[in-house]
Order: sequence, then C-alpha cells, then structure tokens
Amino acid sequence: MMIVETVIYGLVVGAVYGVVALGFVLIYKSSSVLNLAQGSLLMLGGFICLQISQWLPGGVWFFILAVFITLVIATLIGFSVERLALRPLIGEPLISVIMMTIGLNVLLGGIGYAIWGSGNFPYPTDIIPIGSVSILGTPISYKYIFSLIIALLCVVFFILFFQFTRSGIAMRATADDQLAAQSLGISTSQIFRYAWAIGCITAAIGGIIIGFLIGLNSYNTPVLGLRVLPVVLLGGLDSIPGAIIGGLIVGVTENLAGAYLDPIVGGGMRDLFPYILIIIILMVKPYGLFGWVRIERI
Amino acid sequence: MHNPCGVFNETYEQDLAIFRTKTQWGLLIGAIIIAFTFPLFLNSYILGVLIQIFATIIILHGLNILTGYCGQISLAQAAFAAVGGYTSALLSEWALGAALPEWFPGIFNFWITVPIAGLTAGAIGVLFGIPALRLRGFYLVMATLAAHFIIIYIIVHTIGTQAQTLPAPHLFGLLLNNSQSYYYVVLVALIALSYVAKNLVRTRFGRAWIAIRDNDLAAEVMGISLFRYKLSAFFIGCLFAGLGGALWAHYTRSITPEYYHLTYGLWYLGYIIVGGMGSALGPFFGASFLIILTQGLAEVISALSGTFYGIESYLSAAREVLFGLVVVLFMILEPRGIAHRWNLFKAYYRLFPYAH
Repeated sequence: MMIVETVIYGLVVGAVYGVVALGFVLIYKSSSVLNLAQGSLLMLGGFICLQISQWLPGGVWFFILAVFITLVIATLIGFSVERLALRPLIGEPLISVIMMTIGLNVLLGGIGYAIWGSGNFPYPTDIIPIGSVSILGTPISYKYIFSLIIALLCVVFFILFFQFTRSGIAMRATADDQLAAQSLGISTSQIFRYAWAIGCITAAIGGIIIGFLIGLNSYNTPVLGLRVLPVVLLGGLDSIPGAIIGGLIVGVTENLAGAYLDPIVGGGMRDLFPYILIIIILMVKPYGLFGWVRIERI
Repeated sequence: MHNPCGVFNETYEQDLAIFRTKTQWGLLIGAIIIAFTFPLFLNSYILGVLIQIFATIIILHGLNILTGYCGQISLAQAAFAAVGGYTSALLSEWALGAALPEWFPGIFNFWITVPIAGLTAGAIGVLFGIPALRLRGFYLVMATLAAHFIIIYIIVHTIGTQAQTLPAPHLFGLLLNNSQSYYYVVLVALIALSYVAKNLVRTRFGRAWIAIRDNDLAAEVMGISLFRYKLSAFFIGCLFAGLGGALWAHYTRSITPEYYHLTYGLWYLGYIIVGGMGSALGPFFGASFLIILTQGLAEVISALSGTFYGIESYLSAAREVLFGLVVVLFMILEPRGIAHRWNLFKAYYRLFPYAH
C-alpha cells in the first residue's frame, strides 16, 4: 500500500506548501511584490518557535504559548520588512523588487545560519503523541494528521478572514484596484503592512509544521521555501484557493514522482519534479489554474 | 557622451569611438600596462582573487546583456557557467583518454575546448530561452529557476558529484599551471570579451535588445523579431557564462556541482545590481566591489580568529549577511548601482567649480 502512504504524505506536505503559498499570494495580490524571501522567513519562524519553547518549561501548553509568541514576532518582522525594505521601492521596476526580496532572503538566511549553525534541529517529540492510525490499511503517524489539521485550519481561518472581516475585505479591495480602494478611504500602506504581517505569519506556521514533520536545517529549509514558487504558478499568482489546491497538487505529485520515478532515473526526482512542473505549466497555461489572464496593452 | 571643451566630432568614426580624448587613451593604455605587470609583484593569493574577479566579470557581461540590456531576468547564470566548465572538463578528459590520432590531442586542447564550452552553453541557453518568447517578468524568472535545477540535476545524474579534473593549458610549449601565467590568459580573454560586450550593445542587436527591454510589445509592433532577438540575447548571455565558467574551471583545475549552487546564480544578479545594470562598466564595479569585500571579510575573520575562538565558523554566514545587506542597501539607496555614481562623479569633476 505504498501509494496510499505516498499520497497522504504528499497531501500533508502539500498543505504546508499551501499555507506558505497563501502568504506569498496575499503579498502579491495586495502590493504586487513577489516575495522570494518566503523560504528564509519560513526557517526563521520555525527556529524562533523552537528557541522560545526551549526557554520555556516543557509541556503542551507552554509550547502553544511559544507558538503565539512566535506569531507576534513574525508580525513584527513583517511590519519592519515592509517599512524598511519594500516601502522605498514603490514604483521601481520588477527586477528591483525581485532583487530586493532575493537580497532579503540571503540576509535573513545568513542571520539564521549565524545564530543556529548548520545542524539538524528536530522539534520536541512530547508535544504530539507518538503513534499512528490506520487509513485504508496503512499506518499514518499522528504528526502527519496533526500537521494536516493545522494547515487546513489555517486555510479555513484565512478564507473566513477574507470573506467576513473588514480588514480582509479591504485587502481584497486593494488587491483588486488600488486607486479605487484609496478613493473609498482604505489606507493602502496599512494594507501592505498587514499583507506582509500575514505573509510572515503563514511562513512561521509553515516553519513550525515543517519542524514537526522533518526538523529544521538552516541550509535545507530555505530551499524548501522555494517550493512555494511552483505552487503559486500552478494555482495562479493571485488566487487564494489556487494556492491551496496548487500546494496539494505539487505535494502529491512530487511525492509520487519520488516514489515511482526515482528507481527509473536514479534518485533526486522528488526535489526536481516541481521544477519540471514549472516548465510544463509555463508552456501550457502560464497564468495557472485560477489566475487572472491579463491582456497586454502597450 | 560628453566631451571636454574644444573636442568636436568631425567624422562618424570619431562620433562612434569609445575612447575619444588623449586622456582617455592614456588612462586605458596605462591601466592595461599596470594590469599586465601585476604578476611581477603580487603574490599568488592576490592573483587568484584577481583571476576570480576577471572570470566573474566575463560571466557578468553575459548576464548584463541578458538582464541589463534585454530585460530577461535570469537566475540560471551559474548553471550555464557549470555547462561551460563541465563541457571543457569532459572534452579534455575525452581527448586525453580516447585513442585518437597522434595529431589530435595537441589540437584538442584548452584553446579549443573553452570556445566549444562557450558555444555549448550558448546552445543550451537558447534551448531554455524558448519559453522566454511567451513569458515575461516573474514567469521568466521562474522558467530560469527551473532551468537551473534541471541543468544541475542532469549534471549530477549523468556525470556525478565527484570532482572533475581539468588540465592546465599549454602555450608554445609553456605549461600555464600557476596563477602568474594563467593570469595573462584570463586578462587577455577579459579585455577581448569586454570589447565584444561593449560593442555588441551598440550594434543593431543591442538596439533591438534595449527596445525589447523597454517594451517588448512595442518593439514587436515596430518590426523587431522577438524570436530572433530574445534568443540571440540568451545565446550571447550564456556564451559568456560558458566562457567565464570554463576559464575559471581551468584555473581551479577541479570542479564539482557544489561550485555552481543556486546561490551563485543569485549572487551574479546581485553583482550586476550593485555594479549597475545596463552599463558596460557595471560588471567591473560589481564584481570588484563585492569580491574584494567578501575576501576582505574573510581576511578580517581569520585575523580575529586568534582573539575570538571559533569565529571562523561564522565566515560563510557573515558573508551571506554582508552580501544580503549590501544588495538591500543598494536597492534602497542607489538602485542604479556604482556605475551611476561613477558617472555622477565624472560629471562633478568635469564641471568642478560650477555644479551645473
């Protein structure tokens, strides 16, 4: 029953990708900034949570407290990144913005590497009970199910946030048409700030889940964050449901490719397949499954 | 181009010349002479750094044409440098190992394999440039990111992760296997390729690339074939990457896929941002500034290692932090790079007592 296990593991990983991609899509939708620093933010979030939970006494409740402190810190990081790095670039060409986020990625990654070094950091094992449930005859570890539930909760939370709260609606309005939103009294600079805060929060949640699943590593975790790029391309750069569905598709297909193509080509397919997927998407449907097709005008 | 008072253009040749006045010619010839005398008094370590800077500048000329002039942002420059390095390595190895006619290995040497390496990288660049015909901006960035991973995957899975060794070049019976002699090879290549890069962007091709960068739809409407000119930009950009990568590989004499990590592709973009995109001087400024900065950081850290125990382990992290910080600060404070500052400085000097 390898296929069931592969698919379920793929769904779990894909849900994490989806959550992180949500932050990416949100920042792009509201401020048209392509945030390539998502990988380093992911790593920083995971590491900060681990560090705080080590300072606090052990136990589930203190860990939840650590998660909340992490989310507050992630919000502050989001605010300061937006204010210090991205605000001066309003009106600059695309390459400036892309290069800025690449520079931020290198900078934040370097800070993480300087503080935590190059080792592997697994999360404490006493938070989630060890054990497994049987799905279709395949044992699935509790931590997978737990991660999947957390990821789905995030998705539901953000969908409700965008549907029903004032800030959520204001963000969608800004994404739709900045000028119109401004004329209706929405402060777009405030919206940009919120978008970055939410982007950092989703990255931190993704980092924490990845910490539970496979542990953190200052070298590999940012690379894992690059995986949001195929996800958002597949789902469409400006579609929130697209981010989630894209995440699940990428997670499942990369794990299936790892399981079934690796024996044929000799390994490494799991890391490569999302990028082959990128080329296929770009050739066939460059705006993704749910993205807006923009008509070019001179 | 601003000329000093009293210098007039009387012919088209004068108007098109890169170096106009006697001062400019004097500075150029002086700089070349000084560059040629470096091996006489500098030690191998500094020469090694210079060779690294020169090879990087060659790679950056390609990226500058592709990204700075034609507007096609590429993260895959490190992968194309890898194609160059590996092509030269495999060809040299094949020429040594294969049962070839007696005259063959003598001809099939460094001087042949490096140009072939450049052409191979250019051809593969054209292959991965084909998506660029339909894509622009961020979508193209993604395509080049995918190209990087696919190229490196193919290298790792066909050639392997073990180190490939490369031979040192021979010239007229001399073995150019140390920094002193190899420096001249890279210096001559740098001068020749800089001349090519500077002049290419002043031809029909260069003007078409700039038109595509500024607005590709408008360029197409005006009759510029996007197919032809985007692919030619990819070919030239990757050709330079292959040449630079092969020259650098023949200096280190041993390459592994780790030398061409995605980080270097990002760094190359950072170099031309810091140096100044769309300027022939940009690669010179960017590579010199950042490589000297990171080498200086390594020196400072090794000097401090006696005082602070264990500080060496922070070197690669500190290098990343420094690089990220420099790129971020340049984007905020001087998005047009050092080349723009240099022009401002020259204008200030020319106009000196009066600011306008």
